[in-house]
Amino acid sequence: MGPITSANSFYSNLYTAFVDFHIVGVSPIPEWLAYFLAGFIVIFTVINAVVIITTLGTWVERRVLGRFHARLGPNRWGPWGLFTPIADAIKLLTKEDTRPDGIDPWVFNMAPIIFIVPAIMVFAVIPFGENTYVANLNIGLLFIIAVTTVGTIAIFMAGWASGNRFSLFGAMRAVAMLISYEVPMVLSVVGVVLMTGSLSLVDIVEAQDVPFIVVQPLGFLIFFAAASAEMSRSPFDIVEAESEIVAGYHTEYSGMKWGTFQLAEFIAPFGVSAILATLFLKGWDGPLLPSHLWFFLKVCFFWFLMLWIRATIPRLRIDQIMAFAWKVLFPLSIVNVFLTAIEVLVWPNPTTTEWWTMAAINWAVAILSIVIFSRIGKDKMSTRRPIFSSRGSNSSALKGAN
Amino acid sequence: MPIRTEPVTVNIGPQHPSTHGVFRLRVTFDGEVVQDLEPVFGYLHRGSEKLAEERTYSQVVTLTDRLDYVASMSNNLAYVRSVEKLAGVRPPDRAMYLRVISAELQRIASHLVATGFLLQDLGAFGTPLMYCFRERERILDLFEMLCGARVTFSYMRVGGVFQDAPGEFWIALDKFLGDMPHYIDEYEQLLSGNEILLTRTKDVGVLTSETAMDCSITGPVLRASGVDWDLRKVDPYEIYDRIDFDVPLGTVGDNYDRYLMRIEEMRQSLRIVSECVKQISSGPVKADVPWLVRPPVGDAYDHVEGPKGELGFYLVSDGGIAPYRCKIRSPSLINLTAVKDMLVGGKLSDMIVTMGSIDINMGEVDR
Amino acid sequence: MTVSLTGEDVQARVVGAIQGSIESWNGSDVWVPSGFLHEVCKFAKEDPELGMDFLVAISAVDYIEYFELVYHMQSIVHNHKMIVKTKCWGRENPTIASVVDVWRGADLQEREIYDLMGITFTDHPNLKRILLWEGFPGHPHRKDYLEPPR
Repeated sequence: MGPITSANSFYSNLYTAFVDFHIVGVSPIPEWLAYFLAGFIVIFTVINAVVIITTLGTWVERRVLGRFHARLGPNRWGPWGLFTPIADAIKLLTKEDTRPDGIDPWVFNMAPIIFIVPAIMVFAVIPFGENTYVANLNIGLLFIIAVTTVGTIAIFMAGWASGNRFSLFGAMRAVAMLISYEVPMVLSVVGVVLMTGSLSLVDIVEAQDVPFIVVQPLGFLIFFAAASAEMSRSPFDIVEAESEIVAGYHTEYSGMKWGTFQLAEFIAPFGVSAILATLFLKGWDGPLLPSHLWFFLKVCFFWFLMLWIRATIPRLRIDQIMAFAWKVLFPLSIVNVFLTAIEVLVWPNPTTTEWWTMAAINWAVAILSIVIFSRIGKDKMSTRRPIFSSRGSNSSALKGAN
Repeated sequence: MPIRTEPVTVNIGPQHPSTHGVFRLRVTFDGEVVQDLEPVFGYLHRGSEKLAEERTYSQVVTLTDRLDYVASMSNNLAYVRSVEKLAGVRPPDRAMYLRVISAELQRIASHLVATGFLLQDLGAFGTPLMYCFRERERILDLFEMLCGARVTFSYMRVGGVFQDAPGEFWIALDKFLGDMPHYIDEYEQLLSGNEILLTRTKDVGVLTSETAMDCSITGPVLRASGVDWDLRKVDPYEIYDRIDFDVPLGTVGDNYDRYLMRIEEMRQSLRIVSECVKQISSGPVKADVPWLVRPPVGDAYDHVEGPKGELGFYLVSDGGIAPYRCKIRSPSLINLTAVKDMLVGGKLSDMIVTMGSIDINMGEVDR
Repeated sequence: MTVSLTGEDVQARVVGAIQGSIESWNGSDVWVPSGFLHEVCKFAKEDPELGMDFLVAISAVDYIEYFELVYHMQSIVHNHKMIVKTKCWGRENPTIASVVDVWRGADLQEREIYDLMGITFTDHPNLKRILLWEGFPGHPHRKDYLEPPR
């Protein structure tokens, strides 16, 4: 069966089970069918798990956001409101599927599909636990980056095909922003790749003696910011800024098409959290608990961090977002790549102490460069206090004025 | 070779999450930059001024509630002051203190709404809005003790207020006055130094003081541009001349200044209410005015400093039980005169934030 | 305390500069013939003693035989205010000069008076209906206005 399946114990167990399966009176299942069925069951499990965890995630998000806002979230349907996502799904499925007059039908209908497929495909290469993954591509990271870029096309398709000027605004902003943030996102993981020597995600997890969040602080921060922008997550959610252009590129969608957009918008943070956990926090590795649980906890940690940021800060304007990408993130990521390349040259096979030395150097450079960048825009950030009128008080005597 | 672009006219329509009511802007964009705009309103026009001619002077109080439905007490106050000026009635002291307490609490509530929604428009996904509304709920509870309603109060009458405050009101008010400064500090701590708020609102939507005076702008917008004009100081009415408070002024006249005005005015309103609570004495709460007031023939104009600007009523009486003409000088409508100066040249995002910082209310604009 | 200038003071000041511009006055208001309105308003703004740099409100009242326009104006510099009234005769198409070039704040208020009372302001840059829609029959604030057609 080749290198793809042999190292994966879960998959190979399924395959051998199928091959050895005998139905009374029927010859054993042919190899290609066993291969296909095993693969199908694994993929089916993974996609369903992702979607179910995402829908539960919507409930968690609404409750947690409610707590941030000093109010309760939804708590009516089911114990603690757990059936709310089911109610949402039923509502979306039974809604009318509106089709405005000025749309381009093929493009309009294909856009949600093209948007959700890359979001789920990311999970094909991520190791969920020890020896548990769908495929161990030796170009895993490149695959992830390439696949997530396809989402940009879907946004532009949706905005263009809607025949609505607001949607076009949203689409234009989105394309500009998403293309700009590809560059820092890719450059920031180059540091990780240099230190590992391989693009495969399984190798990256195993190469982390010291988690890369410690060794590559700049890479982590830049990737976190750039990935948040790629997902149009606050503070970069200008693409679907509800208070400005109603809903941007998905204004004209209703029913399950809109539901698909929302689902993809929600799967994306989980995907990016999974990538972050794998690249920077050592994936599924951890002392006592089983590896799948560790992975899940790390994903939840990053996901909660993104939610926290979303609930707290306002959004940036589009020209400020572009300036941030090109003037701040891009130079910082180049500094990171340069520094990492020098370190890898000096210590090709680092021991644990050498990892910690690299970490110390990287932290020093990171703090220094961030401080330098923040000094540049310093006077624009200064607060102001109001001055007071000089008319003074007039509480001298009871004038009795009416 | 220059790229050929085409300006696009877009309708930021009457139904929109952040137009503060039914308000329409027809904007011409060149990319993201606003080239020209035209505000269109009248979607909420209910003919309040014409309706007032068919109602007795006391019944018009309920009409005035619904003008600026976020700040009902100020509307009531402006109207009953005009009638009292026309009829030559002077309300008793206790009534005036109660009126000032209500008006200042209402100012805090209105500024909380303005600040919350400004931040909602900026994209802070509801957190500052909910915090501001948490405090506003306490003010509305106080008003419910006072007159039984939470939004449209009709608390004031010609000659005073309609009923005295119950004992529990003073206890709750003391507790509120003790708690509120910490909450305003909390807002300042979270918001005033936030880098994103600073970059989004500083030097955006600048209004110079000459333009502001020429366009008859009033209220926090005028003071943010640096013009020292607050009716409570220059033309004190009710008992404002017996109370010591400060008036904040801005320097640049941008959105950040307008936001700071409102926060600081909330603090000063708390000062005023504390002073009133100390100075208030017992007595009647309504002057002896007949139920059907018939002011003598003539006209009068009186104004108050509402949360959104100078709210004035020009009343003409022909000796009957209903006003011959009731003209409302609405601050939100006149503050919209300068909207082109502030928005042209900025971007779409700036437009939304500036409209939020001017703080208009469609009930007042359209009447 | 904002001082309300009496009609006596105002007319003394204005009549000295523009002859024949005040037809009558009383304790608080002055009446100006409609032809002189623009000149008087401009004078009130530019005169250093009056210095009326702030237009508070323009109101229109329908007194059946004539329309009366009331201009409340204020001086931020000197902290005093005055009232100028003018009568507009004729019910078919009453016209009067616009003061938008004196105070920009008159812009939306004059449009509202045109919309609801039917008084036309000459030289107004954008005299369109503001609160009611284009094509609305009649002017509701007039005393002889009947119900709109259903």
